Amino acid sequence: MAAPLDVARANAASIPVIAAPGARALPSRRGDLARVISIGAALALVLVAGAILVPVAQEADFMAKNLPPSIGHPFGTDWMGRDMLCRTIAGLSISASLGLGAALAAAGVSLVLGCVAALGGPKADAMVSGAIDVVMGLPHIVLLILVSFAFGKGFTGVVGAIALTEWPRLARVVRAEMLQCRESDYVMAARKLGQGPVKVATHHLVPYVLPQFAVGLVLLFPHAILHEASLTFLGFGLPPEVPAIGSILSESMGYLVGGEWWLVLWPGLSLVLCVLGFDMLGRSLARLLIRGDGL
Amino acid sequence: MVRFILKNLLKACLLVVVVSFVVFCLVDLSPVDPVQANVGQAAYLTMSEAKRAQLEAYWGAGEPLPVRYGRWLAGLLQGDLGMSLRYNEPVTQVIAERAAPSLALLSIAWAGSGILGFVLGVGAGMAERRWPDRIIRGWCFVMTSIPSFWLALILLMVFAVALGWFPIGFAASIGVASADVTWADAIHHLALPAICLTLAGVAPVCLHTREKVVEFEAGDVAGFAKLRGEGPWQRFWRHGLRNVALPALTLQCASIGEIFGGAVLVEEVFSYPGLGQAAVTAGLGSDVCLLAGIAVVTALLVFGGNFAADLLYGVIDPRMREARAAKRAARGGVLGWLVNRPEDYDEPLPDAGEVERGGSA
Repeated sequence: MAAPLDVARANAASIPVIAAPGARALPSRRGDLARVISIGAALALVLVAGAILVPVAQEADFMAKNLPPSIGHPFGTDWMGRDMLCRTIAGLSISASLGLGAALAAAGVSLVLGCVAALGGPKADAMVSGAIDVVMGLPHIVLLILVSFAFGKGFTGVVGAIALTEWPRLARVVRAEMLQCRESDYVMAARKLGQGPVKVATHHLVPYVLPQFAVGLVLLFPHAILHEASLTFLGFGLPPEVPAIGSILSESMGYLVGGEWWLVLWPGLSLVLCVLGFDMLGRSLARLLIRGDGL
Repeated sequence: MVRFILKNLLKACLLVVVVSFVVFCLVDLSPVDPVQANVGQAAYLTMSEAKRAQLEAYWGAGEPLPVRYGRWLAGLLQGDLGMSLRYNEPVTQVIAERAAPSLALLSIAWAGSGILGFVLGVGAGMAERRWPDRIIRGWCFVMTSIPSFWLALILLMVFAVALGWFPIGFAASIGVASADVTWADAIHHLALPAICLTLAGVAPVCLHTREKVVEFEAGDVAGFAKLRGEGPWQRFWRHGLRNVALPALTLQCASIGEIFGGAVLVEEVFSYPGLGQAAVTAGLGSDVCLLAGIAVVTALLVFGGNFAADLLYGVIDPRMREARAAKRAARGGVLGWLVNRPEDYDEPLPDAGEVERGGSA
């Protein structure tokens, strides 16, 4: 399958372009830069605002229970009279920062294991690919449940579970890039000039994979946030007092039958927007940092 | 072919051992005390020492890891997966009871998302860069960002609570004995979770198919067909369909794990009594044997998906068949097969299983 398609692709590339695609189809660098900055700023704003709002989000006002959305409470209030807008922003901030932490941890794991696989010889390579097979061989959610249970649930459970299950894809990218770079002329030259393996790795290989790695890291964020929300929704994550989006939604599930739609709609919608934001950020960053097609 | 199947059987056995060992190690690492987790804080503090010791023995709290794992593995050889402590039933029975509703849900969602995703992907690819493509692609990107449990909650809110078209949860009406559940009732309860899971699984196969269709349209085959005067749908039907369907099928086979992941969350929302719900109960209640059993069953499910993809590839793709026949001829039939066995014969078919494993949960 691979060979004929590659041939087809190569032929397609050698056909002279008769009808050039419209200018709109070509991504513009300036647009990507603007997108990266604006989305990044918006997400940072949500993170900071949410961290400030956490105590406000826990204030109960039993005079204003179960109010539908209005001017005073744009997202309505819940069964304890807590303002859903504050809760949503605080929850988003907790979910996103947990997701960010978990994604960073996962990226660290994948960088180390990718390096080990690429540079540690065939035995290390086989061991890493065996670990990848085990991680990929179980449904992701089952592994998430298992690892978060092993860490004793809670905050470390969520971060640990995501860090230990999310790495294979990025580790594969790191490994492939490093193997490619290892064969390049300048690495050969550095070796011939007597640089040791550690120096070659830190001076030539790691900087070479850095752009790919950065993009992979940002593209891990949406996955990490979604998985964090799933875990907290199932009850493996944070205690109920901490308003992460997953726990807000799992609490709201009990009030669904009463027709209180605002308890479910707004927190979930804001989570979707947050995930979409990180996704777009990653894609724009990929086009900026990686030459060629990017993504 | 026989060697290929045998090798995969061996791999499956190895997988079961490794997965179950990992499960037992992870559970052993856990600081959660099964007795405290299951009787609750208040009851634990007021409990007598003798009662506590009895419960600890019941949950197997004091036993070292090798003893527990060795006993479980010995039981496995006799087809015994141990007792589920939460359900107070053998694990095999818990899994067997829940497998039917879960498999119904999974297979509908698997086939539904595959077909819908393929059709939408072909539509988008044929209309590359025009409005249908933009709409379908945008929809797919949004769908990959939507957590499946939120989608389930929204569907539940709209179609079950507000419109009342579907029941709110469970696999059958409440108060009906399991023997009296009619097919219509079961399907009525299954419909909303299945629709939700189908919608949640469309995006990866749709985007993948779109890429392949675009690739096909830019390739030699389509170009030559264009020169012969074939219209877009005619050339797709004659030359594109089979080229594009194969990778889509592979991807869909490889994404069974993702669909199961979605099913865990969706079952939780709809209180649907399937394997996913049992997995959550087992995880929250420190039920080691049930966790190990479910992990092994789901790992085999994922393995089976990939294996089926490899097999189907060989059966469906004529190029693969010809390559095999050529290889066999070059080796000189059965005798040659006995005398020289090049290692590459055992390799799974190229590309199959190599495609990226779909999107997120």
